[in-house]
Amino acid sequence: MKQDAIMDDNTPFVTADGRQIGGVMMDLRNITLRFGGVEAIKSISFNIREGEIRAIIGPNGAGKSSMLNVISGFYKPQEGEVYFRGTKRPPMKPYQVARQGVARTFQNIALFEGMSVLDNIMTGRMGHIKSNMLVQAIWAGKAQREEDESREAVERIIDFLQIQAIRKTPVGRLPYGLKKRVELARALAAEPDLLLLDEPMAGMNVEEKEDMSRFILDVNDEFGTTIALIEHDMGVVMDLSDRVVVMDYGRKIGDGTPDEVRNNQEVIDAYLGVAHD
Amino acid sequence: MTGQNQPDSPKSVPQLLARNASIHRDKPAYREKEFGIWQSWTWRETAAEIEALALGLLDLGVNAGDHVAISGRNRPALYWSMVAVQSVGAVPVPLYQDAVVEEMTYVLDNCNARFVIAGDQEQVDKIIEAQQTVHGIEHVIYFDTRGMRKYDHSEITSFADIQNEGRAAKARLSKELDARRDALGYDNTCVMLYTSGTTGRPKGVVLSNRNVIETSKNTSDFDHLNAGEETLAYLPMAWVGDFIFSIGQAYWSAFCVNCPESADTMNADLREIGPTYFFAPPAIFEGHLTQVMIRMEDASRFKRWMFAYFMDHAKTVGPKLLDGESVGALDRLIHKLGKYLVYGPLKNRLGMSRVRVGYTAGEAIGPELFDFYRSLGINLKQLYGQTEATVFITQQPDGEVRSDTVGVPSPGVELKIAENGEVFYRSPGTFVEYFGNPESTSSTKDPEGWVATGDAGFIEETSGHLRIIDRIKDVSKMADGSLFAPKYIENKLKFYPNILEAVVFGAGRDRCTAFINIDLTAVGNWAERNNIAYSSYQELSQHPQVLDTVLSHVNAVNESVAEDEMLAGCQVHRFLVLHKELDADDGEMTRTRKVRRAVIAEKFNDLIDALYDGSDTIYTETEVTYEDGRKGQIKATLDIRDAAVVAKAKAAA
Repeated sequence: MKQDAIMDDNTPFVTADGRQIGGVMMDLRNITLRFGGVEAIKSISFNIREGEIRAIIGPNGAGKSSMLNVISGFYKPQEGEVYFRGTKRPPMKPYQVARQGVARTFQNIALFEGMSVLDNIMTGRMGHIKSNMLVQAIWAGKAQREEDESREAVERIIDFLQIQAIRKTPVGRLPYGLKKRVELARALAAEPDLLLLDEPMAGMNVEEKEDMSRFILDVNDEFGTTIALIEHDMGVVMDLSDRVVVMDYGRKIGDGTPDEVRNNQEVIDAYLGVAHD
Repeated sequence: MTGQNQPDSPKSVPQLLARNASIHRDKPAYREKEFGIWQSWTWRETAAEIEALALGLLDLGVNAGDHVAISGRNRPALYWSMVAVQSVGAVPVPLYQDAVVEEMTYVLDNCNARFVIAGDQEQVDKIIEAQQTVHGIEHVIYFDTRGMRKYDHSEITSFADIQNEGRAAKARLSKELDARRDALGYDNTCVMLYTSGTTGRPKGVVLSNRNVIETSKNTSDFDHLNAGEETLAYLPMAWVGDFIFSIGQAYWSAFCVNCPESADTMNADLREIGPTYFFAPPAIFEGHLTQVMIRMEDASRFKRWMFAYFMDHAKTVGPKLLDGESVGALDRLIHKLGKYLVYGPLKNRLGMSRVRVGYTAGEAIGPELFDFYRSLGINLKQLYGQTEATVFITQQPDGEVRSDTVGVPSPGVELKIAENGEVFYRSPGTFVEYFGNPESTSSTKDPEGWVATGDAGFIEETSGHLRIIDRIKDVSKMADGSLFAPKYIENKLKFYPNILEAVVFGAGRDRCTAFINIDLTAVGNWAERNNIAYSSYQELSQHPQVLDTVLSHVNAVNESVAEDEMLAGCQVHRFLVLHKELDADDGEMTRTRKVRRAVIAEKFNDLIDALYDGSDTIYTETEVTYEDGRKGQIKATLDIRDAAVVAKAKAAA
């Protein structure tokens, strides 16, 4: 997984375990995000390459989730630019970003508790349904065809994530670990190019973490999906990711392969706790 | 009944396939739920799939007589693999898919497998690990492509690719395939199955086409199985029963084999398919009943009353109706009402609405459990058999079903009981040999073809049914010379839902003692209901109230054992509840969940000593193996309880 030389250029290469890493997919340049007087993100730049697993780590309150929200279009940074596949992204609503091929999961599970697993995952197909509300209401040809296609896509994901046994179960009755998996399924149903995972393993036991790690690697491997994830479990981050961005108090204090980041003095200080000015 | 075949009758499974593909062309042969939908294959499609694979295997260089191991969950593709392997004259060797690497290594090495067909990445990984010590494997074929992209494909190929190569090579190889298929006769090996072996290493049981086809034919006739049956294939493919039900009988009678979507969806799939011919070990029936009882406790008061009333009624009337005895008009009316209100919905819930023939075997089944299903109108019967007999030794005919016998000899089977009580049989299904083990073969099967079952039993004079007492090697004498039959007592204990397993000791001793395993589902539910907090299996198992409950069960068993003059000496004097579940991964049970007495006695000898030296508690440390093969230690202090023993009342009468 880890490669020796990290290239910030656009040269595609193949990792030691045979995955294709392409050029820069998303380039974030000098992003600054303020809430009133508070600077949550202070002029941060980094990029995400096609096909890689990119981790964002940092202590609590470092601005990681804010960063993810900037990428997904939920927050609009006061300064800086987002380049997606080489073109500058104009200010966008989250749904417009989603249409560009970006899907996400949430730190606090955001599923429809009363709906079945299947229906929840189907909602992830929204962006792929083109027929209008009237056509859907009368269940005309196109609507039916689209739903069939969506159902098939969803069933493949259910099979992929091995949740066949809970297909018809209301989400509210599921344990935490499975809910997280359903959320991942819903994000995958959108067939994203870039998948944002906000603490996919928070609150899980070791076995659930192992399962989730396996699924994240498999998603990346089988579908070629680019993944950006926030995670606190250092073991998981170091094992899964190709490159890591480290944030602390809204600043970027490290960026590189897991090994480079591990040996970065500033990162060590941030985690072990050194007095800030 | 022994079946004089017409000259053109099929003499191998591939020939049966050809027959079915021409007679039952468009009738479904296999179904599997995938992507939420039942996919199905007709007999013709099945024949085409199998032929493509067989041609691919020829292209790969599989020779007649080669052993090809097959490992994975029940899927049509793996059943096709078995028949494709047979088609090229090679021998399929199905493996237990949940076996750990060492177990697989032993079998792969023992049978010199040249090729392996694996269900998915998990199985492939185990094979690759086994290849560090086993060097005979030349090529691995895998079915599920998930996660397989990055493997070195020089010696690994996907199932679909092999089939494609086979289709492409059809013109070149079909003559050779026809020749190999035509060469198959009754004396060729049909399959090799490894016995789980309660003692020693597994042995490869060689079954010929004669064994499999004659047995399938006879037993299909016995239960009038026909092409309309539906079965659910969910038991391990390496087990002889699955081979006979899902291949032998299925090909003979041309019925449809349904494969579940995954192991977790078994119950839902069972409900959707509604099999007409169903086999399950007692543990499955027990699990279902426990589920029903737990759910009933949550039901409303009226529903609970209704359930209790109609189940009571069914217990008196249901079995009689099944056996065709006469029943009063009022009883019949109430039963009919119950059918609409309780029995029908319940059977539907269990997925047994359509079961015409149901079998249980492998372990003794509790009379209450047995009667519960019978009284619902499910024709559940018992059979007695073993791998060496191609399953069937005895089975119960319709209308002669009881929980304490295992039925009359299956068609074509001869029985005899030896001096010491051991049951011997001879039948068309009697195995050819243990692979590469002539000593074991000759010690099990005498020159006249009689096979020792290793079980002690007797034939009931009134009914002609066989009754099994225990394993002959486990039946022994206690210190005072009275009979000691541990299994008999253990089964009585296990009939209580709270008790999952029991191991009774007492051979050569002055009294009996026992280890008990609690059933986490039943006891856990009880604890939840009574607000009893526990953090682990170990803690729950040692809870004083749990021990009290188990004590009451042991006392009740002692009372019932005391009534039997022969076995009154086997009452349990002292017992303890084990801090861990007995597990096949730790070698304490076989993969088919039979206890390995010798292993347990050696591993827990400190606990046995404590049972006999009168101490009240015992501290112990036990090694456990996790599913991934890692080992750990668990420590516990166990309470030992004394049970009430009924004095021998021989003189009373």
